[in-house]
Amino acid sequence: MALTMNTETLSTARDRRARLTRDAVGVLVILAVAVLGYLLFPNNLALLTRITAIALLVLSLDLVTGYCGVATLGHAALFGAGAYGAGIAAAHFGITDPIAMLAVGVVAGALAGLVSGAVVLRAHGLPQLVLSIAIIHLAHEAANKASGWTGGSDGLAGIMPDAVFGLYPFDLWGRTAYVFGIVLLIAAFVILRQIVRSPFGMLCRGIKQDPLRVRAMGASVHGTLIRMYAISGAVAGAGGALNALSTQVVGLDSLSFTLSAEALVMLVLGGTGSLYGALIGTLSFLWFEDVVSAANPFHWLTIVGALLIAVVLFAPKGLYGSLAALLERRGRTDR
Amino acid sequence: MNAIFDVRNLKRTFGGLAVTNDVSLSMAPGDRVALIGPNGAGKTTFVNLVTGNLLPNSGSVALGGEDVTRLGPTERVRRGLVRSFQVTRLFSEMTPEEHVALAILQREGRTGRMFASHRAMPDVMDEVHALLARLGIAHLARHRVSEIAYGQQRLLELALALALKPRVLLLDEPAAGVPQSDTARIEQAIADLPADLAVLMIEHDMDLVFRFARRVVVLAAGEIIFDGSPDAVTKDARVRQAYLGSYAYARSVA
Ligand SMILES: Nc1ncnc2c1ncn2[C@@H]1O[C@H](COP(=O)(O)OP(=O)(O)OP(=O)(O)O)[C@@H](O)[C@H]1O
Ligand SMILES: [Mg+2]
Repeated sequence: MALTMNTETLSTARDRRARLTRDAVGVLVILAVAVLGYLLFPNNLALLTRITAIALLVLSLDLVTGYCGVATLGHAALFGAGAYGAGIAAAHFGITDPIAMLAVGVVAGALAGLVSGAVVLRAHGLPQLVLSIAIIHLAHEAANKASGWTGGSDGLAGIMPDAVFGLYPFDLWGRTAYVFGIVLLIAAFVILRQIVRSPFGMLCRGIKQDPLRVRAMGASVHGTLIRMYAISGAVAGAGGALNALSTQVVGLDSLSFTLSAEALVMLVLGGTGSLYGALIGTLSFLWFEDVVSAANPFHWLTIVGALLIAVVLFAPKGLYGSLAALLERRGRTDR
Repeated sequence: MNAIFDVRNLKRTFGGLAVTNDVSLSMAPGDRVALIGPNGAGKTTFVNLVTGNLLPNSGSVALGGEDVTRLGPTERVRRGLVRSFQVTRLFSEMTPEEHVALAILQREGRTGRMFASHRAMPDVMDEVHALLARLGIAHLARHRVSEIAYGQQRLLELALALALKPRVLLLDEPAAGVPQSDTARIEQAIADLPADLAVLMIEHDMDLVFRFARRVVVLAAGEIIFDGSPDAVTKDARVRQAYLGSYAYARSVA
């Protein structure tokens, strides 16, 4: 008995170390890519910061779609809520401390997550998708109409954030915004890796696979999904706030159907349900889009479309998912 | 009688056909009841009705004296009414360890935890491994369910129900689809259940039924036609009649 207990604790310790190692590797890879981007494209930090903000949106989408199986084409509503929340706080209420603006964005995103979750979770499958599309159109229209607050189609201007911690002003080259964004992304990634592995995350994965079974275990499906939606909203809201901080304007495009759909495309491209896939999908899509649109401004959409079809047909689990599956198979035949 | 489980006059129709017709059944703590009946008699429907997965047209369900007819399935589970499924319902991408851990954590109200891993909870892990070992599937703890044999999935299905530590347990053909070599484990696990638990088992294998039950209820065409001792059931004329033909047919398809 004592012996089994011992090996048990040993293996738990080993698991723990393995998990921490994997996450540490993840963080190091993000850092390495970030530094590489900084060194290779010092004049294009604005694009890199935008990629970082969108990465937060796609991570957030992975929480509800990849881990909970919710189909949504309206997720930019959560991102836009964060962007407008932070922007309005700065432009109308003089809240110009970047951390405070970020906090407002996170809260606005979480609230938007609660509201859209409450609507979207009423249905399943295609009707769910339609509800999510309705939400993003309503949100877009509301922001357009409330031009006194949002600047309407001209965008919300007059956002002038203070220096971060009073030390690092948002410079013309976008260095501060970039570093701020990368720190934010790493923090979000580490927290989310914890959450998806936790009992709560496990429950969400269970709901995705068989909600009836989850109910038969006595767990509340709706309550769990709503909580995940709020968390997802907080993350997307952080992305929106980052966008507002770095570009210092908020446009209606941050609350658009297009952005929602693109986020879903990026997630599928990278692979759902791992968080890693979300990051890889965002980076490859936006980088590819940038390169191809510069090289061939007339046909770039066609090329992006062709790439997507190729990925969906030949790597249906997405770039990361397929690679992980391949490695797993390798590992097994080696053994 | 101090019934822990009390079903009164339950009725449910599908397209005019009464699949459950005025069924009343109650159990006291410690009861071991076998629910038998030909295929299509309405046994699974009865379980779906009392667990709240299906709404009855009329009738009531009470647990420990409390009327739960208007409560949803999760609320009934939390009050100690647990079922297993005739066809396994498991999370194909998750491991047996995760399944059982989730059930234990849910029982203890800890599935809301966001910053911990079940693997870092020694009390949970010990219970998970003890339960999996009891059912002989400990060696599969970390395999994905989609990779393990159906017979072993049946054992996991039972493990999930046990992990919830119910007061009333409804087992829908727990041994169906399990290879002969493994039915002994299922039987043993059921025999080892806490003495004060009320268990209702749906089962076609009469040998299993006679070893398990102290009371047999026979359902035919949505109605209870017999409720009594295992000895009396084989001698009952109505039961024989209900099984004539239909049971022979059931055997041939099974
Ligand atoms: N959702 C439903 N809609 C329509 N008919 C149903 C539904 N569920 C069950 N039935 C019908 O009710 C009857 C009883 O089915 P049930 O599954 O309860 O039988 P059973 O006694 O469990 O049979 P078995 O031994 O084969 O498991 C069957 O005729 C079935 O076709
Ligand atoms: Mg049945």
